[in-house]
Amino acid sequence: MSLLATRGLSTSIGGKSICTNFDFELMEGEFWGVLGGNGIGKTTLLNTLAGLRLAGSGEIFVEGKALLHWKRKHLAQKVGMLFQDSVDTYPTTVMETAMIGRYPYLPFLKGEGKQDTDIVMQALNDVTMTEMAHRQVDTLSGGERRRVALATLLVQNPIVWLLDEPTNHLDLHHQITLVNLIIEKVKLNHGALIMVLHDVNLLMRFCTHAMLMIDHDNILCGPVEEVLSDENLVRLYKHPVKKIQFDGGSFFFPE
Amino acid sequence: MSLLNREGVKFIPCRMFLLSILLILLSVLSIMFSLTSGSVDIGLAQIVEILLGEEKGMQARVILELRLPRVMSGFLVGGMLAIAGALMQVLLKNPLAEPYVLGVSGGASVCALLAMMAGIAGAWLNIAAFAGAFLSILLVFGLAGLGGTWNPLRVLLTGIVVASGWGAMVSFILAISPVTQVHGMLFWLMGDLEYAHNLKFGLAVLVTGFIIAMIIARALNLMARGDMQAAALGVSVHHLRYLVYFLASILTATAVMQAGNIGFIGLIVPHLVRLLLGSDHRILLPVCLFLGGSLLVIADTLARSIVAPQQLPVGVLTAMIGVPLFLFLLQSTMVKNRP
Repeated sequence: MSLLATRGLSTSIGGKSICTNFDFELMEGEFWGVLGGNGIGKTTLLNTLAGLRLAGSGEIFVEGKALLHWKRKHLAQKVGMLFQDSVDTYPTTVMETAMIGRYPYLPFLKGEGKQDTDIVMQALNDVTMTEMAHRQVDTLSGGERRRVALATLLVQNPIVWLLDEPTNHLDLHHQITLVNLIIEKVKLNHGALIMVLHDVNLLMRFCTHAMLMIDHDNILCGPVEEVLSDENLVRLYKHPVKKIQFDGGSFFFPE
Repeated sequence: MSLLNREGVKFIPCRMFLLSILLILLSVLSIMFSLTSGSVDIGLAQIVEILLGEEKGMQARVILELRLPRVMSGFLVGGMLAIAGALMQVLLKNPLAEPYVLGVSGGASVCALLAMMAGIAGAWLNIAAFAGAFLSILLVFGLAGLGGTWNPLRVLLTGIVVASGWGAMVSFILAISPVTQVHGMLFWLMGDLEYAHNLKFGLAVLVTGFIIAMIIARALNLMARGDMQAAALGVSVHHLRYLVYFLASILTATAVMQAGNIGFIGLIVPHLVRLLLGSDHRILLPVCLFLGGSLLVIADTLARSIVAPQQLPVGVLTAMIGVPLFLFLLQSTMVKNRP
């Protein structure tokens, strides 16, 4: 089933065009990795797909229904987003932060109940933050904050997962275990995932499809084995990249 | 304190109960303190009798016509300012935001002073102030492009610049006004609860504003994490922004109309509550109301009794109480959080 689709999407930010006439379709069970140089518009594209900024022209569909026709709360049950940074202007605890993920599901004016706290504690357990549930978020390290943000998304539990550099700040162990955890959840929900990455090899490890944002007119989309070639990567990053065969798999290595 | 306990069961009823009792106790104590203070000595027992309507006479008139309206006005204004401050801080994502930051009080001041110059007094002065405040609200709304793309920093800058424009006009009016009027003008500018008219209007605004704020309290919790995050979790951020902007502005305008400019309550009370109880708006807003109200009542009582029969501007007292209290709490929580 098509979970997220764009038709003739054009969008720009600060006068810079991000994509023009972009057609894209995200099907159930697909795991997309987005690659692109700094400032090419990966985050802007992700925000546009999530309905957080208006597209210049063209249409976006979530489960076949135009994005603009969705109610915000209902949309939040379908599409979830992990941002690059989180805002903690005012003091809050880890638990309260994860709890906001329940917002789309709570009826108007109803408080959180036992069921909600159970879901939150499970999510904190998944990202191994249970012991820090009552810590203030501003006393956490960068990696720990990232895990809290991920827990919030796990609590939101959407169908379409949009992740903006999910592995930022995470140590090697958590990069692998947490992305694995997300993939498990996505499969469980019969959902799909799009994540922005800077590590080609992580993409190869986790993704079925790749999106290479070369410029606004050239966004290469397709299965990993078709799109990810040293030739395309050189075009993408304008930096020499070598393909290395090792242990039965292939890896890309910047020169 | 959090709404959630260690096992994750929500609302610790005993804590909530204790907190409510404490707040009501604080409010009653501050009101009683204020009612018993003044040049005419009236005891606590007598006040209770007067309030119950069992005693008439001169002392009853002092309480019912002089002190009680002033106390009620102080409580309303304090509550409105504290809630408006909490709302502005969430709207602008800036801990330094306070009710006056967007120029609401400046607009009110200019119109009030112009009215004073024209010899207007009484209720019309308050109406002039309210009109000025509303003018400023619309001016900033239009100039900051609140209808289009939203940028908290742009809104803040617009507000600050408009406020300083009003400030210059205030100075200009003071400079050209006759000396006989300047004292009254200065007192109005520094905040004075003596002009306690429109109590019913104030009460209506505070109650309505508070109810609306409590309805959107959970959405505000999300908004505090960034507008994008809130939108991604299902909050209609555009609508919420307008609502919060006008809600905070009208609360501020009403407070300014009743009492002129009273500083520090709107800035410090919300932070004080956050330091003590956390940032959940469902707790923050009601506590702000009672704490802001009580603090202003106490400050006003001290302002009119410390150097009686002379009166100090109440803004001086709110700062004298609020600043050390806030700094003490800030220090102690910093020690607690970073061992």
